[in-house]
Amino acid sequence: MSAQLALDVRNLSVSFPMRGRDADGRRRRLLAVDDVSFSVARGKTLGIVGESGSGKTTAAMAVARLVPKMAGSIIIDGTDFGALDTEALRRARQRVQIIFQDPYSSLNPRLRAADIVREPLIYAGATSRTEQDRIIDELFEAVGLRPEQKALFPHQFSGGQRQRIGIARALSTRPSLIICDEPVSALDVAVQAQILNLLKSLQAQFGLTYLFISHDLGVVQHMCDDIAVMYMGQFMEYANRESFFAAPRHPYSEALLDAVPTIEVGAQATGGKLVDGAIPDLTKPQTGCRFASRCPHVAAGCEDSVPLLDVWPGTSDHQLACYRAAEFAAS
Amino acid sequence: MAKTRTDAPLLDVRNLSVQFTTRAGTVTVLDDISFTLERGERISFVGESGCGKSMTALALMGLLPAMGRVSGGQILFKGEDLTQASAARLRRLRGNEVSMIFQEPMTSLNPVFTIGQQIVEVLRLHRGIDNASARRRALELLEAVRIPNASARIDDYPHQLSGGQRQRVMIAIALACEPEILIADEPTTALDVTVQAEIFALLRDLGTKLDTAIILITHDMGAVAQMSERMLVMYAGRRVEEGRVADVVGAPAHPYTRGLIACVPHITSNVAAITEQLPEIDGIVPPITRFGRDECLFAPRCIRVADGCLAAKPQQVEMAGHDAHSVACWHPFASEGAKG
Ligand SMILES: Nc1ncnc2c1ncn2[C@@H]1O[C@H](COP(=O)(O)OP(=O)(O)OP(=O)(O)O)[C@@H](O)[C@H]1O
Ligand SMILES: Nc1ncnc2c1ncn2[C@@H]1O[C@H](COP(=O)(O)OP(=O)(O)OP(=O)(O)O)[C@@H](O)[C@H]1O
Ligand SMILES: [Mg+2]
Ligand SMILES: [Mg+2]
Repeated sequence: MSAQLALDVRNLSVSFPMRGRDADGRRRRLLAVDDVSFSVARGKTLGIVGESGSGKTTAAMAVARLVPKMAGSIIIDGTDFGALDTEALRRARQRVQIIFQDPYSSLNPRLRAADIVREPLIYAGATSRTEQDRIIDELFEAVGLRPEQKALFPHQFSGGQRQRIGIARALSTRPSLIICDEPVSALDVAVQAQILNLLKSLQAQFGLTYLFISHDLGVVQHMCDDIAVMYMGQFMEYANRESFFAAPRHPYSEALLDAVPTIEVGAQATGGKLVDGAIPDLTKPQTGCRFASRCPHVAAGCEDSVPLLDVWPGTSDHQLACYRAAEFAAS
Repeated sequence: MAKTRTDAPLLDVRNLSVQFTTRAGTVTVLDDISFTLERGERISFVGESGCGKSMTALALMGLLPAMGRVSGGQILFKGEDLTQASAARLRRLRGNEVSMIFQEPMTSLNPVFTIGQQIVEVLRLHRGIDNASARRRALELLEAVRIPNASARIDDYPHQLSGGQRQRVMIAIALACEPEILIADEPTTALDVTVQAEIFALLRDLGTKLDTAIILITHDMGAVAQMSERMLVMYAGRRVEEGRVADVVGAPAHPYTRGLIACVPHITSNVAAITEQLPEIDGIVPPITRFGRDECLFAPRCIRVADGCLAAKPQQVEMAGHDAHSVACWHPFASEGAKG
């Protein structure tokens, strides 16, 4: 693929060992991510949305090699990141950084703010102490923290300020990819806007590439160039922002969008359209569409085989995995 | 929805103030809060974290933390001043006439009893009915909150249910005694949007059917617009704006309200109209030790701040052109042509 891709993930699967064995005596495993492919061009943002438990974090952690993948390839800036082993991996790790959801638990409480930002620089090796200090000063300014705050401990900061420290830390090694896992979900609305604006302006300033995970469609719409809708380990729909929000085509995407309360008075969010069906058990092999049990458009055949992501006719890159979409789009 | 009723409102909170006594001294957590609630009406409290939304609810329920006390004002429930009620009276009130559901359903349900047992217990305690009829009623309630296959699920333990189902059980318990007021404190924060939409629809339906008044506490303006007729915006322990949702959301008068609405990225099908940067409200809520001062507490964050904002606390004034829309601000936006 072109060198413009910061991240290119092909056929990624991740499973977790569970207690117990299946009928054939094999160790039971939960298939949290099942054959998912995605890519992000340099300087762009891919958003992954979906309900709790859909596998968003697992997919991202597999990209960062913080959980082992079962299958698939992970190419970062043209290098096969997924294939690196110990020593090479240790050096390459600095190229992927993560901003976590919880600014309270993700920072080491015993380190001063400056040293939290310094840590990844030390792991990356090479730089001198004075060089590190220079980088830290720059980062503090870039994320809107004052120089005298370098000496403070995490508990002396507000939630939004802690998230700024987390962002400075993530930026410190000039990574090829920054994974933002629900970076504003734990923050108050006003602070949320401050942090989203910061992430956007840093992206413009440094050409950052984000893999942005959120369950908030409003935030994803604001932040992302491309959107992947994930449900129970698979992508249901994957499209660029314009195409997706102009016409979301998968019944699950539709349900998600319908459920978001809008500020239009009297416009009632539905979501009630969903069938109250059982959510699939990911420790068992899936024989059909994972969403079929809750899908208002379910029909014969949906549960017989797994629908694959396919480009929607008339678009260049709007993909969806649904047997029924063509039918109800026509009606 | 002009009020034509002449009788007293179901709930009439007048100039309620609550103070905390801490080692650092006395702080004013709630400062002169007033509002009314009619039978079957739905009101939302919004504001950032720490502004006193939950504390207002706890004051109504007589559940203030030990260091807190009502330092002024009245809470008139059908004419009875709850600030003067005995502990025994407040215990009877809770669960009977006023009940509350909390943010985290798992911590509010007892893990060692089945959901059926927990509903039966509430019914027996408050309604004094026998086991068999309580169980029959429990089943009806689980069906009313749309637990699928309720007769099979009634003997499940809380951990066997999904988060959304647990929250529905909490609603069933809260509604068991057909309260006149239901307080829902961030009832969907931990849930997925699709589940949230179901819970809101359920609360609306049941509220209407039982004529239950609902107080929704939230920081989500979308939830406010979906759920209630009126809203009250709180900042640093004070009521800064109140009115019908259509009026307040359509033409917010207080710069804080306007900021709260604008700083959230709302979904639009017109992607081209999305701006790169969101309008921000600078800064954060002041520490509780600053609450209660005779000044506008929002002034340091305000885009309209001017001389005089810190000189005194702004009083609540009615907005021209709107019915029952009031704001506490020295420089509010006008209600006419306020958009933009
Ligand atoms: N370490 C683990 N061991 C076993 N199962 C796991 C582990 N981590 C995640 N899972 C399971 O994998 C599935 C996907 O979880 P994941 O955390 O990726 O979801 P998510 O989409 O990030 O959800 P959320 O929005 O709640 O963060 C879930 O069923 C979860 O229970
Ligand atoms: N038990 C307590 N002890 C000391 N201070 C408290 C206690 N509970 C609340 N407070 C303080 O009282 C103020 C009002 O808190 P309250 O819980 O009402 O806020 P809220 O508007 O409900 O916020 P949130 O959106 O975070 O729930 C806050 O400044 C909070 O720090
Ligand atoms: Mg996650
Ligand atoms: Mg609260």
